[in-house]
Amino acid sequence: MGLTGLFAGAAVLVAALGFGLFHRSRAGKLVAARVVFDFASLGVRPGRVTLLQFSSAFCAPCRAVRVRCASLASSSDVDHVEVDAESHLDAVRSLNVWKTPTLFIIDASGNVAGRIQGVPTLEQLRSAIGVVHA
Amino acid sequence: MLDPRGPRFAAALTTVVVLLALTFSSGWLMLAQAVVFGLTAFSVRLGPYGLLYRWLVAPRLSPPADLEPAAPVRFAQTVGLVFATVSAIGYFTGLPVLGIVAASFALAAAFLNAAFGLCLGCEVYLAYRRLVGRPLTARVPASR
Repeated sequence: MGLTGLFAGAAVLVAALGFGLFHRSRAGKLVAARVVFDFASLGVRPGRVTLLQFSSAFCAPCRAVRVRCASLASSSDVDHVEVDAESHLDAVRSLNVWKTPTLFIIDASGNVAGRIQGVPTLEQLRSAIGVVHA
Repeated sequence: MLDPRGPRFAAALTTVVVLLALTFSSGWLMLAQAVVFGLTAFSVRLGPYGLLYRWLVAPRLSPPADLEPAAPVRFAQTVGLVFATVSAIGYFTGLPVLGIVAASFALAAAFLNAAFGLCLGCEVYLAYRRLVGRPLTARVPASR
């Protein structure tokens, strides 16, 4: 096979580098999302600003998101609700969730203010909630 | 619970080993990597690259700021075991294209983990569940 394997390896590394950089540039950023969904069915309390987190079993970053959201929920007037994505596949499909962790910021009237992919910093979380309160 | 830098270090070593295997079309290297994946999937404490990390690297670093659970690592290593095994079989049975393709998947996953800390399982596991609608047979944390 000669150099074929080496070329394949180099091509994979270049493609993975591009994907990794793209992925990193999007992680933690609040993205607008327009969906109508009955979030109460997932345990979201009406009248409360809520961080709704979709997680999966083999997901280390989900833990990091949980810790951050829980600390924010304990120190401010927001709820944190975490659901296991694979046991709520209908919600996952309706809300167009493909990866974990995915976080929805839900305002007090039950509308989606935006969504965040990956692990946001505490700063990013605070400003996402600020969008709702403003 | 694990120092998350251990699996990152292991992923970097895996990247190098798989790249060497691709370069030299070496079924033996892929087989060795498959054994490493298998041992780590069986018990993260037994993982050879993790042992190297704990003996040689960790003593020179500050203690970890946070710890991560072992289950995601074991899942990833099991997926790696499948790809490395298929790749080794490809090289050994005169199907080098199979060897290259399977090794390429392992390389992409290991590199993304090493360079970006990216968890490929988080990217694809839910998509798999959405499309197939069936759970993977795997060990899951009981505390849910």
